[in-house]
Amino acid sequence: MQTALIIEQLLNGLQFGVMLFLMAAGLTLIFGVMGLINLAHGSLYMVGAFACAAVAAWTGSFWLGLIASLAAAAAAGAIVELVVIRRLYDRDHLDQVLATFALILIFSEGTRWVFGSFPLYLDIPALLSGTVPLPGGSRYQLYRLAIIGVGVAVAVGLFLLISKTRLGMRIRAGESDREMIGALGVDVATLYTLVFALGAALAGLAGAMVGAIQSVQVGMGEPVLILAFVVIVIGGIGSIRGALIGAILVGVTDTMGRFLLPQTLMLFMPPSQAAMIGGAIASMLIYLLMAVVLALKPRGLFPAQG
Amino acid sequence: MASRETLLNIGLALLLLVLPVIANYSGEPFYVTLATRIAILSLAAVGLNLALGLGGLVSFGHAAFFGIGGYAAGILATHAFSGDPLIFGLPGTKQMLIIWIVAIAAGGLAALLIGLITLRTSGVYFIMITLAFAQMIFYFAISWPAYGGEDGLPIYVRNAFPGVNTLKPLSYFLVCYALLAVGLVLFKLFQDSRFGAALQAARQNEVRVASVGIPPYRIRLVAFVISGMFTAVAGALFADLNRFVSPSMLSWQMSGELIVLIILGGVGRLFGPVAGAALFVLLEHWLGGITERWQFFLGLILLGVVLFARGGLIGLIAGRARHG
Repeated sequence: MQTALIIEQLLNGLQFGVMLFLMAAGLTLIFGVMGLINLAHGSLYMVGAFACAAVAAWTGSFWLGLIASLAAAAAAGAIVELVVIRRLYDRDHLDQVLATFALILIFSEGTRWVFGSFPLYLDIPALLSGTVPLPGGSRYQLYRLAIIGVGVAVAVGLFLLISKTRLGMRIRAGESDREMIGALGVDVATLYTLVFALGAALAGLAGAMVGAIQSVQVGMGEPVLILAFVVIVIGGIGSIRGALIGAILVGVTDTMGRFLLPQTLMLFMPPSQAAMIGGAIASMLIYLLMAVVLALKPRGLFPAQG
Repeated sequence: MASRETLLNIGLALLLLVLPVIANYSGEPFYVTLATRIAILSLAAVGLNLALGLGGLVSFGHAAFFGIGGYAAGILATHAFSGDPLIFGLPGTKQMLIIWIVAIAAGGLAALLIGLITLRTSGVYFIMITLAFAQMIFYFAISWPAYGGEDGLPIYVRNAFPGVNTLKPLSYFLVCYALLAVGLVLFKLFQDSRFGAALQAARQNEVRVASVGIPPYRIRLVAFVISGMFTAVAGALFADLNRFVSPSMLSWQMSGELIVLIILGGVGRLFGPVAGAALFVLLEHWLGGITERWQFFLGLILLGVVLFARGGLIGLIAGRARHG
């Protein structure tokens, strides 16, 4: 029974990590290519979730909702890039922080304006609503496994996109020398819009998929955004590989910490106290992990070149 | 040399003093509370301005110190109220002077621990890591049930200051205003000191500072700790103003707001935080009166300031920053 529980928690951690990866990949790509810190990435996550919930409620199909979430987040990302972000590339990070903070206010209040203050709910699609048996006798939600699958597919897809395609070549070239690729005739402005929209679409996808296991509400994006920051700081800003490993590390540490710490402490102290102290420490665990990583490697586990 | 900025600063200081007094005697205590809010947020932002304006350290985690100051006030007052000893048999207290000292010590200690790690990094890393550490303390406050957890902690009666009836809005405002004045004087002394010069030089050219034998890391760490102390004392005042402390004082929105105050007023300027806090609180009040959706319009205004009005309010009125 205990092993089954541990496997289940490990899978939960993996699913959480994969979802963080979708957020972190976009953030780290945008930072790597454009040198921009984007606080509004959490808003794009929220846009994806709301688009999926609204379209799914309207058409009755989760799958159409999923497509809508990708399209809405990518479109929102592209528009934001064209109108605002584009003016920020040459500014210092302080201006970027402030402008994207303002964007959060606009997105959050705008979404509340359109959808109201009540959370929306999104059902898990029928195709994925079952459970699968786990070794050890318990069962696991198929939908969460599917999220892990999508995350792995996205990771592989991103890897192929960046290492094998012409667009990926331009992205890599843009990371190392943006003046040079401009001089060689690459349309840098369009490339930036594309990268930003790609990152936004990934955030939107994460929002839509998580929307089916949590509620869809205003402000859902920022806690995830901050965790994604922790992920890319651990992984090394600008590195997709770092984002993947950092995300899984954070996801598993957080989930297992919340599960194991109170139980371990219960060996030494009364249960109520163990639950309280264990819970409090578990909520800080990933930040402690980040502190340790930074103390050893200030530029993260996989610092990007350049 | 009474430059335009100096005149503006004097005007701001006088306005912030005179208007609440007038409001108080014309029976509008609400505006006194609004002014108290401005003074307290100004003081918190003066602290951040030390790190951010002078040192170039974009801390997105100053809510941590603000909240720690607030919890210092809340926890001490709770123990004084219940009579339970705090630690080592020490009792709680309702005396603001002691509370402030505890808040300063706690804020400074937290800033030291956070600074030791975060200052090893710079740029975007620094922004994200300060944010992450503040978030860590936020989640700790939420999940630790002893002092209210998610629900926060009420302060039943506002804490006491010798010789002042702090329950009267105007008296409490004057306490906060006096503390803000002390904060501004200290900021100015700090800015003009040899240490301040080294801190600003480290922002402008780190390598050159290091090459003349001044260690930038240590200078920044000291500045960061002092900055955290200022913000913590403001947090204690804020808790007493609202007679309530909650994890929202530790939230990332609070950190963002403190940065916003500085940018609105003008980065690295003595009265930047005051101008910014006044503008922010009045804007919040005014927009909140017009529409429920005030945050939307606040966002638009902020965006406009960042994109088109660099240098903030003081920069707009007093001209270009002397600030590289």
